[in-house]
Amino acid sequence: MAKEYETVIGLEVHVELATKTKIFCGCSTAFGAEPNTQTCPVCTGMPGSLPVLNRQVLEYAISVGLATNCDITRYAKFDRKNYFYPDNPQNYQISQLYLPICKNGGVEIETEAGGVKTVGIHEIHMEEDAGKLIHDEWEDCSLVDYNRSGVPLIEIVSEPDMRSAEEVIAYLEKLRLIIQYLGASDCKLQEGSMRADVNLSVREAGATEFGTRTEMKNLNSFKAISRAIAGETERQIDLIESGEKVVQETRRWDDAKGESYAMRSKEDAQDYRYFPDPDLVPIAVSDEMIAQIKARQPEFRTEKMKRYKEEFGIPDYDIEIITASKHMADIFEAATAICGQPKKVSNWLMVETLRLMKEKEVDVEDLRFSPENLAKLIALTDAKAINSSVAKEVFEVMFEENVDPEKYVEEKGLKTVNDEGALRKTVEEVIAANPQSVEDYHNGKEKAIGFLVGQTMKAMKGKADPALVNRMLKELL
Amino acid sequence: MANIISDETIEYVGILAKLELSDAEKEQAKSDMGKMLDYIDKLGELDTEGVEPMSHVFPVQNVFREDTVTNGDTREELLANAPEQKDGMFVVPKTFA
Repeated sequence: MAKEYETVIGLEVHVELATKTKIFCGCSTAFGAEPNTQTCPVCTGMPGSLPVLNRQVLEYAISVGLATNCDITRYAKFDRKNYFYPDNPQNYQISQLYLPICKNGGVEIETEAGGVKTVGIHEIHMEEDAGKLIHDEWEDCSLVDYNRSGVPLIEIVSEPDMRSAEEVIAYLEKLRLIIQYLGASDCKLQEGSMRADVNLSVREAGATEFGTRTEMKNLNSFKAISRAIAGETERQIDLIESGEKVVQETRRWDDAKGESYAMRSKEDAQDYRYFPDPDLVPIAVSDEMIAQIKARQPEFRTEKMKRYKEEFGIPDYDIEIITASKHMADIFEAATAICGQPKKVSNWLMVETLRLMKEKEVDVEDLRFSPENLAKLIALTDAKAINSSVAKEVFEVMFEENVDPEKYVEEKGLKTVNDEGALRKTVEEVIAANPQSVEDYHNGKEKAIGFLVGQTMKAMKGKADPALVNRMLKELL
Repeated sequence: MANIISDETIEYVGILAKLELSDAEKEQAKSDMGKMLDYIDKLGELDTEGVEPMSHVFPVQNVFREDTVTNGDTREELLANAPEQKDGMFVVPKTFA
């Protein structure tokens, strides 16, 4: 009989913090700048330069720690992790080993079986990101851009508490939501502002000792994470079944090929020769500092859901979807604040927005239309300046390019024709051109009027209020 | 010398430090490292029971900067240090197969 195995997974999640400047210097962290234009002697490791901690980094790290039920370390400091690689101009990364800022936390996730499980957080530490290496396809060399060097990260190290890809995804989604609600990061996997390394081992079901684990890198989406977990579980079981040993190593996942390969044997912690960084002074976290950060913690999802129900009276299902993303909740609240019509805003999000997201494969974090423009679109339909099918058309353009609907409707001449004279003329023409339908209508076929409305709308190029057309037709017939 | 550094150790430390040492340099390094470890052992003889580990030499803590951009583009100065450059970046030997 085949043996049963259990997969044991722990995650190291790196999150890029949403600060304006780097962790130890006043260089901008803005994305997409020309290579090496956001650098200085500190983040390029020039001798004699001195790092100074960005207060916002500490506050974000503490706020994430509080939101994930961690103990906040009252006396924390930074250490140097030594290694040589061109993306690391100092030859060490400033990180935290001995006294990380947060410890012993955990978040609750819902399991497939419908239960609740706590995934422990071993620690959260602050550290700096490395530069970016670009591999030159044409020449046998690599190019280095240090704009990312010194961008602040927190690394959230979980306990090996997860047992399946589903639990891993649930944990990551939970972390992402908490951090987004805090405004500490946008947590985009594709863009690398959230990166998860998967530590995985397998053992026979019922065993108490852990098996040898590997660390998997280069996972850029939830799908890639699921596939990598399945692939690595199978690879390790195959090794064990064929009497071989799992080697402790770092592996790189190639999602296109659906397989991983060894990057380097995992260096032991002592090989990084950690020692306290003498350039940075220790951090003493006071009760007052914690109280201030606690007081500033935003409204989290559960509180928001409760408030939406009481304040806006929109359906539970809508609340569930809208609050599942901080970004969507922000759009909802801002648009509602402008137009005062929560139900209409919610409708646009629940119907057209979800439809277009699915159709165009757009992630909720990448929604581009502004709440102001959505409120304007609602105002235009309320004023009957455009009809609902034109509104949908305009929304589709807003979804792609965030156009101002007032200007767009004006420019494209999409305004409903409210000139009754012109409309009456068209209706009369349609009646004259469709004697059969007119006769059908008079013979009691109510449906015939629908055809005539359609013909009129077509003649008006969609720019008429269908209700008005209907009324006018009935009048004239 | 109480601490004897093996050939394997010096080889491994050389790999970590990305250094290529000649045989003579290896012998010298083995002897130097042995002496350093002897010195650390000497320090270890001191009774530090009840003494808090020191993390910094100055009695200073909580030095922060505000999250405001203060640095501009100094790419030209930075790249002046590059032995070789291309497209505004440092050129280094290929790092990835």
